[in-house]
Amino acid sequence: MEIYINGEVRQVTPGISVAQLLAGLDCAGRRVAVEVNRDIVPRSGYESRVVNPGDHVEIVHAIGGG
Amino acid sequence: MSSSNSEIQSVVEDDALIIAGVRYKARLLVGTGKYRDLDETRRATEASGAEIVTVAIRRSNIGQRADEPNLLDVLPPDRYTILPNTAMCYTADDAVRTCRLARELLDGHDLVKLEVLADEKTLYPDLVQTYQAAETLVAEGFKVMVYTNDDPIAARRLEEIGCVAVMPLAAPIGSGLGIRNPYNILTIIENAKVPILVDAGVGTASDAAIAMELGCDGVLMNTAIAGARDPVLMASAMKKAVEAGREAFRAGRIPRKRFASASSPVDGLFFA
Repeated sequence: MEIYINGEVRQVTPGISVAQLLAGLDCAGRRVAVEVNRDIVPRSGYESRVVNPGDHVEIVHAIGGG
Repeated sequence: MSSSNSEIQSVVEDDALIIAGVRYKARLLVGTGKYRDLDETRRATEASGAEIVTVAIRRSNIGQRADEPNLLDVLPPDRYTILPNTAMCYTADDAVRTCRLARELLDGHDLVKLEVLADEKTLYPDLVQTYQAAETLVAEGFKVMVYTNDDPIAARRLEEIGCVAVMPLAAPIGSGLGIRNPYNILTIIENAKVPILVDAGVGTASDAAIAMELGCDGVLMNTAIAGARDPVLMASAMKKAVEAGREAFRAGRIPRKRFASASSPVDGLFFA
């Protein structure tokens, strides 16, 4: 199925969880925050939150800034 | 009241900056942008003595450089108070969304630097959007340190909304022009019950000292340090300037006079 991750179209396995998504992107265990369709997914919800076709996923981190 | 050498140490140490109930020794806050690399970021931040450091929230690079060093590895949140900003947000919605992501990223840490910009040329704040974002964030339990212009009316309104610190610009972000309107900054300070920090526009050490001599509670800067030829040395200079300016403010400067007044006594002269 097709979803959007950080604005880019990606093909992922139907029924994939946020936790599996992050693991597949080498983001597991890294300090990131995740939004699906503009809703925050708390770390405690990574396993249970399933991504659906067409979902917009944002994965962010902290970088240098003023 | 005068202070002996031994007293000075304790007078200085007792002079904490209190933001949202938390005590900080350092009155210089620094940004972490525009550095050559993370090692320079770390060295300049250490030299500045800052305890509060701002960061930006951006998309992660997906599937690349899995072992890429992370900013929060060199500035660990257990050592620094991380202050996520909403830089480059032009609407209240984007700013609020950024703060929510930041709070999740930092395990519930809710101190944020709110800035909602209006215009790329000036990077001046959009006050209407800033007020809206501040109201939402305060209602959601965020502790909001807010970037604003050097307008006493806006500063008062932002304090009334419930911001924990108000941060007027000295001059446009990254301009290095120093304090353009010291009288407005003074009025903002005199009106305020929350800490007032000059945020943006400082160019060199004397600018930071002037801000503190006016009575600002602190100074937040990024470009003045990161853009200097030697950022680590400038960070050290800024630390001293903020400390010196603060001590001068607390000591109470002499009034300005148009004509001279002799430093040596007139009594006891042995010549006519």
